Formats: sequence, C-alpha cells, structure tokens
Amino acid sequence: MTCAIRAEELRKTFRVRETASGLGGTLRSLLRPRYREVHALAGVSFALEPGEMVGFIGPNGAGKSTTIKILSGILVPDGGTCTVGGLVPWERRVEHVARLGVVFGQRTQLWWDLPVTESFDLLADIYRLDRARAARRRQELVGRLDLGPLLDVPVRQLSLGQRMRCELAAALLHEPGLLFLDEPTIGLDAPAKLAIREFLRSLNREQGVTVILTTHDLDDVEALCRRLVVIHHGRLLFDGDLDGLRARVTSERRLTVDLDGDLDPARLPGVTVVAREGRRLVLAFDPATVSAPELIARLAALAPVRDLTVEAPPIEEIVAGFYRGLDP
Amino acid sequence: MIPRQPATIGRPELALFLARFRTLVQYRAAAAAGFVTQLFWGVIRLAILAAFIDGAPAASPMTPSAIIAYVWLSQACFAMLPWNLDPEILALVRSGNVAGELVRPLGLYRQWFCRCLAARTAPPLLRGIPLLAIAWTAGDLPLPAGVATAAAWLAALAGAALLCATFATLMNVCLLFTLSGDGINGLMAAVVTLGSGLILPLPFLPDGWQRVLEILPFRGMVDAPFRLYGGDLPLTALGSILAHQAAWILILGAAGWWLCRAAERRMTVQGG
Amino acid sequence: MDPARGTDRHDGGSGPWPPPMAGRNDGSAPRQGAFHLYWRLVAISIRAQAQYPGSLLLLSAGHLVVTLLEFLGVWALFDRFRLVRGWSLAEVALFYGLVNLSFALAEAVGRGFDAFDRLVRTGEFDVVLLRPRSEVLLICGQELRLSRAGRFAQGLIILGWGMSSLGLAGRPEVWMRLAWAVAGGTALFCGLFVLQATIAFWTVNSLEVVNTVTYGGVETAQFPIDIYPSAVRAFFTWVVPLASLNYLPLRGLLRGGDPGWVGWAAPLAGFLFLAVSLRLWRFGVRHYTSTGS
Repeated sequence: MTCAIRAEELRKTFRVRETASGLGGTLRSLLRPRYREVHALAGVSFALEPGEMVGFIGPNGAGKSTTIKILSGILVPDGGTCTVGGLVPWERRVEHVARLGVVFGQRTQLWWDLPVTESFDLLADIYRLDRARAARRRQELVGRLDLGPLLDVPVRQLSLGQRMRCELAAALLHEPGLLFLDEPTIGLDAPAKLAIREFLRSLNREQGVTVILTTHDLDDVEALCRRLVVIHHGRLLFDGDLDGLRARVTSERRLTVDLDGDLDPARLPGVTVVAREGRRLVLAFDPATVSAPELIARLAALAPVRDLTVEAPPIEEIVAGFYRGLDP
Repeated sequence: MIPRQPATIGRPELALFLARFRTLVQYRAAAAAGFVTQLFWGVIRLAILAAFIDGAPAASPMTPSAIIAYVWLSQACFAMLPWNLDPEILALVRSGNVAGELVRPLGLYRQWFCRCLAARTAPPLLRGIPLLAIAWTAGDLPLPAGVATAAAWLAALAGAALLCATFATLMNVCLLFTLSGDGINGLMAAVVTLGSGLILPLPFLPDGWQRVLEILPFRGMVDAPFRLYGGDLPLTALGSILAHQAAWILILGAAGWWLCRAAERRMTVQGG
Repeated sequence: MDPARGTDRHDGGSGPWPPPMAGRNDGSAPRQGAFHLYWRLVAISIRAQAQYPGSLLLLSAGHLVVTLLEFLGVWALFDRFRLVRGWSLAEVALFYGLVNLSFALAEAVGRGFDAFDRLVRTGEFDVVLLRPRSEVLLICGQELRLSRAGRFAQGLIILGWGMSSLGLAGRPEVWMRLAWAVAGGTALFCGLFVLQATIAFWTVNSLEVVNTVTYGGVETAQFPIDIYPSAVRAFFTWVVPLASLNYLPLRGLLRGGDPGWVGWAAPLAGFLFLAVSLRLWRFGVRHYTSTGS
C-alpha cells in the first residue's frame, strides 16, 4: 500500500535574533547580536493515505506552516524523513511541485494585474500542460467554481471570496493529486466559505484528491475533515477524529431547557449552570455521573419542561480547553 | 473625556520625532552598509578630482585641504540630503492608507515633518561619525581651524538639517498629488545631488551656474557649511548662510504646509 | 482510465502515487520551452507598463533628463581642466556611454533580481519555488523595465557624440566592437544583481553594500580606470571586472598598443562573472530552503 504522505520525526529549528529594548540594548545588540532558538518542529510524525482530507490546527506559530512548507519541498527539515508520493519533496523539488497544488490564503499566486483567464493561460505554460487537456480541465473548474463572470476581471479587482475561488482553480489546473491549503477561508464571508467548503468536499470525494488544510476556522475542520491533527509548540499532540479530541478534553454534555416555571438547580445533583437567561437554563453534566435520560426525568419531575436539547460543547471550546490543558 | 493638558507646544511633535529617531537608530545593518558605501564614494570622488587637478593645478578653484574636507564631510552627511522619498510614506500613499494618518490629533504636515527630520538626522549621525573618525585619523581630513570655525560649521549644519527636512517634507507632500513616486525620486536625486555640491563642489562648476545655484536652496545643504569648515568661506559668511537657509526653510515650509492642507481637503471631500 | 477525463483517481492505491500528471506534455513542445515562457512573461510585463503610456513616457523622459544632468558634472570638470590624465571629453564620452548602455540594459532585464529582496521579505519567493520551472527564468520574467529606455538613450546620445567627435562613427567594425562590449557589460551588471539577490537570502538589510558596487561601479567606470589609485583599479579589473566592459575594449582603439584580440576577448569576463553569480545564487536558494528565512 502506498502512503500518500509519510513524515517521520520531522524537526526544524529557526534562529531568531533578539533585540534588547532601550538605547543601551540597541547598542549592545549592535555589537553582539544574540540569537534565540525556536523549535518550530520538534519531532512530528504522521502518515496520510491517498484520498484523505486532514485538518491541521494549532495556535499561531505552532508549526503548521512549517510542516506545509516541508511537505511542499520549499523547506528542508533539520532532521527526520518525509516522502510524498514516493519522493522526498526537497530533493527533487521541481518534479515534486509539478504534482502539487498549493493555496495560501494570504498570498496570491495569480498575476495581480492580469485578467484571471490570462493567469490561467500562463499557468498552463508554466506547468507545460497539454493544450486541449488544459482547456477541458479549465472548463470543468470554471463550471464548478462558477468563475464564468470573473474570467475577464483583473485579479486586483476581485473580492476576497472571488479571488479565493480563482486561486483554487489556479492551483488545480494541472490536476494535482495532492492539495495543500493554508488558511483558505481566512477573511471570507459566510456564503463564500460555504461555497469553498462545498467545492473542496466534492473535489475530495469525486476526484480523490488528497487534501491537507491548515486553518483557524474550526468550522472548516468540522465541516470537511474526518481527521484532525493538532500541532502545538512544534509537537503533534493529537491525531484522530473530532469525537476523539472531545473525549480527550471533556466528556461533558450540555443540556439546554426552556421551563414553564421556576427551578432551583441545586436540587439537581451532578450538574453545573453554564448560563441562565429568563426561563432558559443551560446545564453542563458528565454522562458518566448522570446519564441524559436520567437527568431529563429528574428535571421534568421538578418543573414543567417546554423544550430541551442535549449537545456536546462547541468545537472552539473543545480546542481551547485542549490548549489550556497543555499550557501549565 | 480626558481633559487636555495646557498646550505644551511641540510636545506631540517631539514625541513623534524621538520615536522615529529611535527606530532609525536601530537600523544598524543599513548604517554599516551606508558607511561602506560613503567611504567608497569618497575615495572615488577624491580620486577623480585629484586626477583632473594633477593635469592643471592652477585651474583648481579650491585648495587641496578644502577639497578633502568638502568631500569627506559631504559623504559623511550624505544621508542628511533629501535625495529620496520616505519609503514608508511612499507605501502609505500607494496603498491609499494615508487617510489613516488623518486620524491623529496632529496635522499631516507636522507628522511628516517630524518623520523627515528624524530621517535626515538619525542615519547621518550613525554613519557619519565613524566615517569622520576614519577620515580624521586615516584620511587627510583636517580638523577645523579653531573653535570659532567649528561652532560656525555646527550652526550651519543645524540649519542644513532643518532645510533638508523641510525640503524632504515638501517632496513627500507632492507625492499626494502624483501617486507614483518614481519620477519625484529620480528628479530629487539628480537636482539635489548636483545643486547641493555633492556630485561636484560648487566652485568647480562654471561661473554662470554658480550664480544661479547661490540663490537656490540646495547650496545651504552641503556647499555652504562644508566650505565654512575647510576655510574656503570666511567666518563672516555665517550670517548670510544662516539667513539664506532660514529664508528657504520658511518658503519651502509654507509651500509644503499649504499643499498639504489642499491635499487633506481633497482627501476628506473625495474620501481618499 | 479514460485519458480524456482527468477526474477519476479511485484506482485503489496501486501504482505510483500521486499519478504522474497526465496533462503534462513531456515532449516539451517548443511553445513551452524556456524562451517561450520568458517571452510570455515579458510580454505581460510590457503590456502592464503600456497600460499607462503617458506615465511610461514621462518616466523614461524624466530618466533621460536625470541621467543627462549627471553628465553635466563631467562636462563641468572638462570645461575647467580640459583633460584628465591625457583623456579628452570626447574620449571619456565613449567610456561613459558604454557603461550607461550596459547598466540601462541590465536594469531593464535584471529588474526581478534587483528587486528580489521584496520577494524574500513578503514570502512571494515561496510561490516561485512552488512552480515546476527554473527560478532564474521566473524571476527574470517578472519585469522588463521599459523606463530604462531613458538611461539607454542618454548612453546612446553621449556615445554617439563621442564617436562622431572622434571621427569613429563611420567605422562599422568599431560599432560591432562596442556592441559586444555592451553585451558583456550587461551580463556583468546582471551578475551583480544576481549577487545582490543572493545576499538577500541572508540579510535584507545590507543590500546597500552591493549598490556601492553597482552604482558606484557605474560612476567609477564612467572614467577610464587608469585615473584611479591602484587598489581601485585592481578591484575593478580582477574582482568585479568593470574594466572589461569599457577600458580594455577602448584602450586599444583609442591609444593603440594592445593587440586587437584583447578588446574582443575582454567582454567575456562579464559573461564569466554572470556564470559565477548564478552558481552562488543556486547555493543561496539551497540556504533559503534550509533556513526558511
């Protein structure tokens, strides 16, 4: 079985110059610069099967981008090994990147002053694409991403959401089997986000493109990725699905009830009040201590219930709780 | 609402200037590079002049020691010359973010003047002092003839710094009307370096040109202070030099302030 | 798999993965060769500049005026002293013209390298590295700066004036000699830009030092280098061989004494310099990918 990506013990350390404050400090660092070592990656291992769609999350500076750069072949790690589709990315970079699509959310890969269509033509030349085939592929992407009305617009005049759709098409023109997305939905409004998620989902399902996504928007991950990798301080701290992450942080559930009367929550053992708003009450409980049906039954006995829902805490809170547990 | 303190004139200006000055002092690599550059240009300029003078010493309008002083001092103070636009202001104007500057409780002209004054004083101090130290010890740069000469030179130099900052501010303000700074940058570099005497000490130019350059503002930036230092101009000339500088500071400052107000009005009316 | 549809990839993970790009034309049809791509890129840059023809014209004219103003300094010195180490103004005009022609061409062609520090600072160089083509080609193709027509015209005017004053303008052999010298000089200055870009991999703050050699070199080589102290002469002959672009080709022509081949061979030094710079550049790219700057 071929692995799409296999990374073992990737390490990367950067040297950062330290500047002391004040005029004295400036003069001192002028004479003797000081460096601080930053371990961007301190031994990260993972493997991806073809056709997977994985979300990389982690706070800023956690090492996500460093990982993506290494997998793209534009950064050489200090230690560890890595193969992508059988090649070591940085050893045969040109060959490697020809099979790869990359989208940076904050950096355009299109030509700023050119109409979108000319950027596409140019990319076809850069990637040495067969003309007829490139035209077909382009038509397909234009249709799926609804780029028709944008093709003759210079890139600089596009809105962020429009541009991101064009960036995606540009990264996929050469039919890469692997797609890296660095913050693809950053700064986008809700409809644009949804459109891009929908496209990525179909790309992954129908064409089997393997996708790695780094993001701060956990909704992206929840909507798209069955698998989740958490990187923090250069280490891989979690690799699994969202439910697994939930279980690691908390087994807590939330019960939201609308009541037709008053209730003293102290009379319900094993719950804590998260919020109280008029007749609406949000309670947190641990299913291991008190099961949901049991709790609901007790509640109904104490006060008339009009409506209720049971949920897991939102993903933001889970992840925040996960980070909190890591930082002493 | 926080009560405003009794108007201490120049307090925000001073703070802006010092903040910018402190930032610029930290650009040590740029300073080191500038130092090497100016050292190199000094050697080349002196070599060219020496080669010409060797062939016909009688035709030289200045004594060798006055020439040496002139060239080294002008190299040391090169960064003081307003030969380019402030790159950050340029970026600000190009990206259309100038409107953000209007939010501060201080006119645009004053803000930019403070920036320009810092830009015309911090880098030359950083690069110039080591260069002068080398020129004094290893080169043949003579010390000023006396305390009076040194004092007169410093006074004229202070005037030159203010003049340079005023001119630089005016050029940056002009940017608000053209957007593309390339033209202004090129023309500034050519006119300022030639007119101030940086390319060639002004006495070497044909007499007719000199009469025009005497009047223009640029000679107050390099030529006048450095000829004082080398004894090519008598101490008694200090009064007229300072008057010439002051007059141009007022003219250029008024022009810059007026243009800036016009630009501000245009921006607030048209919305940038 | 139907080769006409690049869509179905579900073949169970057998065979190489990811599959080689089916759309790729490995026969390298001529239209996708390096030159084709370069011209495609350059054509785009030209079109972008031509969108504002007025500004382009103004910029070029301004550039011409500015560079002619620079020549006034030289003219003024000759007005006063007549000769420099035996060279007349007309002779110096040849030196001056050659170096400015070379520099103008290099600034037009090598702009991508000249402004390379911005690419490193903004991380745009990462995007370049993500393309399966030569970085040198992609960077060169970024911009062909047409406004350098200004300095080019200045060089041509001054060179032409010098040639006609010396009665050389009617000799095609001289023109060929000078054109060859300009080609070598262009390569040399391009080499300096590449070198400057290479340094940007280590620091984006010290580029001014290279400017000393480029702009300072232009200034220096505007005169025959035999007027300088021996250290300067040695530096610009053996380290950065600016002497090869005007002094050596012109000395034999104007003064005689050198065997004819010296003038023809000297500009090769410029190409050699460019080759060495490109080698160092490759080293710089390796450094960049190992530190990520």
